[in-house]
Amino acid sequence: MSWLETLRTGLDAVLSHRLRSGLTMLGILIGIAAVILTVGFGEGAQAKVTGEINALGSNLLVVSPGSATASTGIRGGFGSASTLTQADATALASKTVAPDIAAVAPATQRSETLTATGTNWTTTVVGTTPDWLSVRARSVTEGRFLTDADENTDAAVTVLGATTAQELFGLRDPIGQTVTVNGLPLTVIGVLNTVGASASSSTTNLDDQAVVPITTVANRIFGGSSRTSVQSIYIEATSSGALSAAYQEADSELLRLHQVGAADADFTIASQQSLLTTATSVDKTLTELLASIAAISLLVGGIGVMNIMLVSVTERIREIGLRKALGATHRAIRRQFLVEASVLGLAGGVLGAGIGLVGATVLPHLISNPITISPTATVGAIVVAIGIGIGFGVYPATRAARLAPIDALRSE
Amino acid sequence: MAAAASLPVIDLHDVTKTYRTGTLTVEAVRGVTLSILPGEYVAVMGPSGSGKSTLMHILGCLDPLTSGSYRLAGQDVSRMSDDELADVRNRRIGFVFQQFNLLPSLPAWRNVELPLCYAGVRRHERRSRAIDALRRVGLADRIMHRPGELSGGQQQRVAIARALVTDPALILADEPTGNLDSAAAAEVLALFGELHRFGRTIVLITHEADVAVRADRTVRLRDGRIEADRDHAEALS
Repeated sequence: MSWLETLRTGLDAVLSHRLRSGLTMLGILIGIAAVILTVGFGEGAQAKVTGEINALGSNLLVVSPGSATASTGIRGGFGSASTLTQADATALASKTVAPDIAAVAPATQRSETLTATGTNWTTTVVGTTPDWLSVRARSVTEGRFLTDADENTDAAVTVLGATTAQELFGLRDPIGQTVTVNGLPLTVIGVLNTVGASASSSTTNLDDQAVVPITTVANRIFGGSSRTSVQSIYIEATSSGALSAAYQEADSELLRLHQVGAADADFTIASQQSLLTTATSVDKTLTELLASIAAISLLVGGIGVMNIMLVSVTERIREIGLRKALGATHRAIRRQFLVEASVLGLAGGVLGAGIGLVGATVLPHLISNPITISPTATVGAIVVAIGIGIGFGVYPATRAARLAPIDALRSE
Repeated sequence: MAAAASLPVIDLHDVTKTYRTGTLTVEAVRGVTLSILPGEYVAVMGPSGSGKSTLMHILGCLDPLTSGSYRLAGQDVSRMSDDELADVRNRRIGFVFQQFNLLPSLPAWRNVELPLCYAGVRRHERRSRAIDALRRVGLADRIMHRPGELSGGQQQRVAIARALVTDPALILADEPTGNLDSAAAAEVLALFGELHRFGRTIVLITHEADVAVRADRTVRLRDGRIEADRDHAEALS
């Protein structure tokens, strides 16, 4: 009997028991749809986080003070004076010390209340250098960014995030307006571009901040004893390929400047990749958990297929006997039942994938999370569904093939 | 008989069949030697327990022998593998069962073409041969009917068409009228008579004497042995 013929027989058998076949398929269908949706949900969440972290700046390394060690927890102090200084940033910017570093931006930040003609708004005041714009891959939509002149003269100027400008000035043009921080009036010289919702990895809303020259912040706003210390140094590598070289250069230079060994490092360098890994690990764990539940439902669906196939074999013992009497070999009978089981699996898989895809299109409108449709997961799920059909069909099919023709014909 | 010179279709020599169910051993067939020539119409009779069902299974290559030898159309089938036996059943034997054994979901012609599927015959040829066979049993107008839409006699004729479609050396009928009323039974027996006149070799297993008399020859079994083997033509003369 040809494969085509066997396929036709399998389809006939599936179609002649519509309700039973439908219920069997339902098990597979739910499993496949669940797998596609959970994987899509997880990939969507990861893509979102990845997008946010990429928005931090391309080829970015972030140096923070302190380091996590195995036994003593955090070394160095966030509370005490920061171990990073503007001098560190200046040293890293040197092309001879670090040829793979394109630009460096030290930053120090603090939450402050800004006042503008009767409106108060608490936001993050970031003190940094003109390179910050390129290092963080930002741009200004209105006005201009900080210049070296602003930095050298402790100029009382600020560039506002889009949200900050909106909150303080509403529909009015913010350029040229004055905001007051800690009694110091700052002239608004520019507005930053919008990068969307906050990155889940950071506590800062990237659209809600006031960027001020680092010298102005140190000398005229924050003041205090540690004027030269900074909270982070952002480093832009010359290319994404040079990222690890830039990492090495920054690491060895900072160790040299701080006169400490690698084991006693009082700073941490994080790459985008490591930020990504941390940020997506939770999503990954959740996705894996959900996907394994979905996989269990798929397994249950597979057992359903086996159950139905066993019932089908028992119910059709006479048919098997007749087919054997008419010349069906062991192989032909086994193939017939295998095809039947895989038709159930395939149909369940295709329908499940269809429902999964529809769900992936409709659900993001109802919940806030994006769902990425993964072609690999979709095709994979259908292949798995056929595999389940065949895998769980082998035992019933072999049982059918082993029946002796006379025993099968005799049964009532 | 004109065909006497040719090779027998069935040649059983000292065949035995023993079943073992638990500790109990049943000798269902105890040394049967039987030769059936092409074109013969033979009835195998006997009371229940006489071994006629077992003999029919052996003749149909559905059950292996315990000892002895069996040549079917010149081929020694007593030492064949399961797959070879499946092929022999497919090409040499046409079965007609008491229960008809039609597949209820398939229309008549698809039931009839079933043995051809396993013989690897191409689709359009299968269809035309199935329709030919249905025409021969007088069901040309029932090709698309499912078994549930046919009377018992018609169903059995579909089964006979299925037995004929491969053009087998032997038609083996097991109580073919056992489930039919007398009118339908007469119809089916008339069909067998007609097939016989066209030269088919038919072995019919029955326990009814009035069915057996339609055949040329009656083999009577008792306790797994041949008790009598009579040619009706001789008996009449």
